[in-house]
Amino acid sequence: MLLAIDTSAGSSVAVVTLGGEVLAERSSDDPMRHAEVIGTLVAGCLDDAGIEVAALTGLVAGMGPGPFTGLRIGIAAARSFGIGAGLPVHPVVSHDAIALDAYRSGSAAPDATLLVVTDARRRERYWTSYAGLDAAGLPVRVEGPALAKPDDLPTSESVRLDALVVPAGALGQVAAALLATDGEFAGEEPLYLRSPDVTMSAGTKRVTA
Amino acid sequence: MNRAEPLVLGIETSCDETGIGIVRGHHLLANTIASSMDEHARYGGVVPEVAARAHLEALEPTLTAALAEAGIALADLDAVAVTSGPGLSGALMVGVGAAKALAVSLGKPLYAVNHLVGHVGADVLDSEDGTIEYPTIALLVSGGHTSLLLVRDLVSDVELLGETIDDAAGEAFDKVARILGLPYPGGPQIDRAAVGGDPKTIRFPRGLSLPKDMERHRYDFSFSGLKTAVARWVEAKQDAGEPVPVADVAASFREAVVDVLVSKAVKACTELGVPRLLLGGGVIANARLREVAAERTAAAGIELRIPPLQLCTDNGAMIAALAAQLISAGHEPSSLGFGADSTLPVTEIQVH
Ligand SMILES: [Zn+2]
Repeated sequence: MLLAIDTSAGSSVAVVTLGGEVLAERSSDDPMRHAEVIGTLVAGCLDDAGIEVAALTGLVAGMGPGPFTGLRIGIAAARSFGIGAGLPVHPVVSHDAIALDAYRSGSAAPDATLLVVTDARRRERYWTSYAGLDAAGLPVRVEGPALAKPDDLPTSESVRLDALVVPAGALGQVAAALLATDGEFAGEEPLYLRSPDVTMSAGTKRVTA
Repeated sequence: MNRAEPLVLGIETSCDETGIGIVRGHHLLANTIASSMDEHARYGGVVPEVAARAHLEALEPTLTAALAEAGIALADLDAVAVTSGPGLSGALMVGVGAAKALAVSLGKPLYAVNHLVGHVGADVLDSEDGTIEYPTIALLVSGGHTSLLLVRDLVSDVELLGETIDDAAGEAFDKVARILGLPYPGGPQIDRAAVGGDPKTIRFPRGLSLPKDMERHRYDFSFSGLKTAVARWVEAKQDAGEPVPVADVAASFREAVVDVLVSKAVKACTELGVPRLLLGGGVIANARLREVAAERTAAAGIELRIPPLQLCTDNGAMIAALAAQLISAGHEPSSLGFGADSTLPVTEIQVH
């Protein structure tokens, strides 16, 4: 049983079986209050699923892409929960969850090309393109995740999906399928896709005219 | 929950140190700190986003190292504690998210506490019997804060007497180091440069120390004017084509900072009839500050307490220690809904 956490857009937490069944999912679409809601979402989700921490076998962390401040909170939560419960953390590209959800729900046909778009703030978007589901039932990533101005987003995909929340249930399902097929998880680095805002000090300015 | 000697793990991420501390009552079991200071060096100061990214990276290894150092199992903990503020909000949020999930995973209560009061709480780890004598004045000086507190009771009555109205003292050291062409962090660099310098050569201004400032800013600090005065003095030398006596400038500047910090702290002790002064924060590493504080408190009959340096700089042990004191005093845990509060007032010792 997996506990999946994603704060790359809003905040979402789910309990998902290794067979891919979503037992509970709680989300908040507030893009600013990740730190406030994360504890209650996790505790509430375990309650909803009616399971003890001991029943879990792993954590799933949505690695973004996401605007930095919020994205980190879910990853930090997944990692520290993993330490507390003595469980591994499986990193997953957050857009994969949106894509899986779209294909499974029928928003995109199983063989359609799909463009997943999320808000990157500062008038920019994160995007990833997909080419349907593979034999394991996982979305096939073609390009991305990447960052672009709204006018520069790819247009050739047959379906475009702008998402506000990454469903943690689907994130857990991606991880369950990857575990079942020995697939490749995301890296350990959060997908900020932006360098930190820094202004290199330009030496000292004169104070006397 | 063991309220007599609670076993508490504290998480601190308010600035550039990722600190995990473990205490049992007032006994220190582990104090592990990872610092991102080196990553900030080329920017000449702490970059909030760089600090926050570093916290996420350091979290797991620091937590694991602290547990190994303390030799305890997470299941034995009575509670988890975390800094809720004040500090850099993005940095604080990493600790808050981690602490909440850790507490839920362990089914343990969570205490969200005040960073500045945590600095005062560090003192219980340095005392024989785990008690702090009250009341005490606390002078907390770092790159992020410069505050003077009146502590009547660690867990229930802390008052802010004054704080910096512009730069923190540590920031002033960084900025003046840059004026003198010295690298970051400025504190140790200024100290090194001041060796052999005469602190009386240049009389730099003491911020908010004039009689006219005393009404509104009696216990407040200001270092921005001092920094400008140093820059102006150095520029005048350079414009005149004369060499800048770096050792004298560094020593005179440091003397101005130390003088105003210690003067105001001792003044608070005397005026409020408090015979105790506690120092905390990273700038306490400055030997000249400790020296002047020791001289002047001794002369005024004030007892001076300075915890070991690793408990003065930002650390998780002080957060755990404060939470342990709250637990022993019967305070209930925080709810899971609190957030990071970058401007949390010192009167809010615990966030519910
Ligand atoms: Zn501090």
